[in-house]
Amino acid sequence: MGKTGSWRVFKPVLDQKKCVKCLRCWIFCPEGSIRREKDGTISIDYEYCKGCGVCANECNVKAIILEREEAKKK
Amino acid sequence: MALKDLPVDECLLQGNAACPGCPATIGLRLVLKALGKKTVMVVPACCTAVIESLYPFTSFDVPVLNIAFEAAAAGASGVEASLRKQGRTDITVVAWAGDGGTYDIGLQALSGAFERETNFIYICYNNQIYSNTGIQRSGATPYAAWTTTTVGGKTEFRKEMGEIVLAHHIPYVAQTCISYPEDLYNKVIKAKSIKGPKYIEILAPCPPGWRFSMDKTVEMGRLAVETGAWALWECVNDVMTFNGKSNLLLEKKIERKPIEEWIKYQGRFSHLFKPDKDVVRLKVIEDHLERTWEYYRKMYLRK
Amino acid sequence: MTVMMDTGNRIAAKAAIMARPEVVAAYPITPQTTLVEAIAEYVARGQYKGEYICVESEHSAMSACIGASAAGSRTFTATSSHGLLLMHEMLHWAALARLPVVMCNINRVVGPGWNIWADENDAISQRDTGWIQFYCSSNQEIFDTVIQAFKLAEHEKVVLPVMVNLNAFILSHTSMPAEIPEQHVIDEYLGKYIPKWKIDVDNPTTFGNIIGPEYYYAVRRAMQDAQENAKQLIPQIAKEWQKISGYFHGDFFEYYHCEDAERILISMGAIGAESKVAIDNLRKKNHKIGLARLRVLRPFPKEAIVQLGKQADLIVIDRNISIGLEGALFTEVKAALYGESDAKVHGYIAGLGGKDVTYKDIETMCTNAFKGTKKEQEWYGVEA
Repeated sequence: MGKTGSWRVFKPVLDQKKCVKCLRCWIFCPEGSIRREKDGTISIDYEYCKGCGVCANECNVKAIILEREEAKKK
Repeated sequence: MALKDLPVDECLLQGNAACPGCPATIGLRLVLKALGKKTVMVVPACCTAVIESLYPFTSFDVPVLNIAFEAAAAGASGVEASLRKQGRTDITVVAWAGDGGTYDIGLQALSGAFERETNFIYICYNNQIYSNTGIQRSGATPYAAWTTTTVGGKTEFRKEMGEIVLAHHIPYVAQTCISYPEDLYNKVIKAKSIKGPKYIEILAPCPPGWRFSMDKTVEMGRLAVETGAWALWECVNDVMTFNGKSNLLLEKKIERKPIEEWIKYQGRFSHLFKPDKDVVRLKVIEDHLERTWEYYRKMYLRK
Repeated sequence: MTVMMDTGNRIAAKAAIMARPEVVAAYPITPQTTLVEAIAEYVARGQYKGEYICVESEHSAMSACIGASAAGSRTFTATSSHGLLLMHEMLHWAALARLPVVMCNINRVVGPGWNIWADENDAISQRDTGWIQFYCSSNQEIFDTVIQAFKLAEHEKVVLPVMVNLNAFILSHTSMPAEIPEQHVIDEYLGKYIPKWKIDVDNPTTFGNIIGPEYYYAVRRAMQDAQENAKQLIPQIAKEWQKISGYFHGDFFEYYHCEDAERILISMGAIGAESKVAIDNLRKKNHKIGLARLRVLRPFPKEAIVQLGKQADLIVIDRNISIGLEGALFTEVKAALYGESDAKVHGYIAGLGGKDVTYKDIETMCTNAFKGTKKEQEWYGVEA
């Protein structure tokens, strides 16, 4: 389908300081848009993230919050 | 086994056509991590056929043979025979089908493949509806659930497909859920190590189908297990073990959460709450669950 | 060469296993049963080393063949009547998937009521599926055609499934002698199966996902082109086989006494064989009549029919009916001649429900046709 990041209404934003690297967001992301490094550091691939919010819902330490996407400029 | 021990590689690629919050893709990522690249998938008509996305692209990094709706298991029998004749016993053959293609239209082919002892893994990802065609009822749809073809709520109870499969006495039968990734992953690994037919059914809560907010996919799976609406178990050579919370429920070490804890989030059950609480049907659901768990205890609790 | 004296079914089974398919998946139905039972016997005796999957329905038989063929194996199956109809969806699938499955179909009546005798509605109603279709009239022809079917199906310019038809009981259960070449002759002739495409972990692709209209249209065009290629190859393959085995049953048609014919009878299968006796008798009465026994329904030999029409008026016998219109051959022959020929075409329906059609019946049909051509197809022998 191409860059499904364009589907988003809400965008997950990760606070690295709160992240305990439990990997729940990584394993539960339906898209596989959450990257994990060898040391467990998490990042989000916004080109493809569809903004479902499962990661935010499953994070036990509320390190991920959903922010509304900015309206696209013409 | 911890989440950090799971493989990092993805065989299901981003940018596919799945709905946001889709449980099938959660399941696929886990299953393919367990099986690896030497896997051939046989996929009948179902959401996954669409998730593969539009020719000439595909979102799968393993070979996939699409086949007609009722034919997954029969196609898998053919693929397995061919690969074995070519000496490729290093390849795992997997039929990956929804509840429609498993409980209903595909039941005959599934039963045949199991009775023929085809060496493959049949995985049913069950979202309790014919999702791909727009949320019609299936044999897996629970009592009282709204679907487009059970508008006032389904009047029959769902089948126990796992138990139908048990009657084939195949070496491995399991029920799991996308909300329990270690459980799901381990069951697929175990199935892969066994020769003969294997069956794994994965509960897959569907946001558009069950009418819940798309961020709650994993939570809906957990609540299904905690209320007893879905059980995690595995049966190895006719020896049954319930797993995790389901085992605690079986042994009565914990109580089931009330069913309302699960269904109150789901629009497909909203007619049980509005305009008035349908105490009659809610009681039918609870009573049926009680009887189901008493049945499980009678059948599977080891004294 | 050895001579095998056996039924059409058992000779078909012999040809099938000599082609060395890696996978056979089949479900029994009268009167195909003795064909698949013969294969089971070959398995038990260790003479067939492929996998014979006893599936639980004909739909699953074709589905399993599709799976096996897609994974890279030469595959074979057989069915009849209701079994063929049950796998109808998957016939379309195998052809669209461009899988060179070879199948024997025993032409048998479709019910209700239950009737196990010869009638071609089963296969003829599948003529839109994209399968190449042959119709045989002797056990020797069955053997030779099954072998040639694999050659044609797997040819890189074709890559389409092929159906070899034989009439219920008249061929399937009647013993006739057939000369069988040595196994090495078949091996050299067919070679190993090299798939045009397959599902392969070393080259992972997805086969058969969602496809948009433009691409699908091109898939259909490619299938049509493949059957056009088959039209070129069928005579070639038949002549090649003649050099190897000595046997030639015709390519699209088997021509019998057509050289100076003023009328040509077109018929298929068992009626086609019986027609030869009728032609002999009519010739004795000085009628200038010949037989063009149609062997290939798809690809439809339009050009050959135009040639026949340039030479003679035509008489067509259909052992099938498209209710609401007429028999398929009658319609398709006339369509082939449209704009190309003024030849009159006289049509008969005969033998539906397995009603016996003897050479005497065929003589009567031809003689009546000499009296003048009717526009409507006549139903021969129906008790009004």
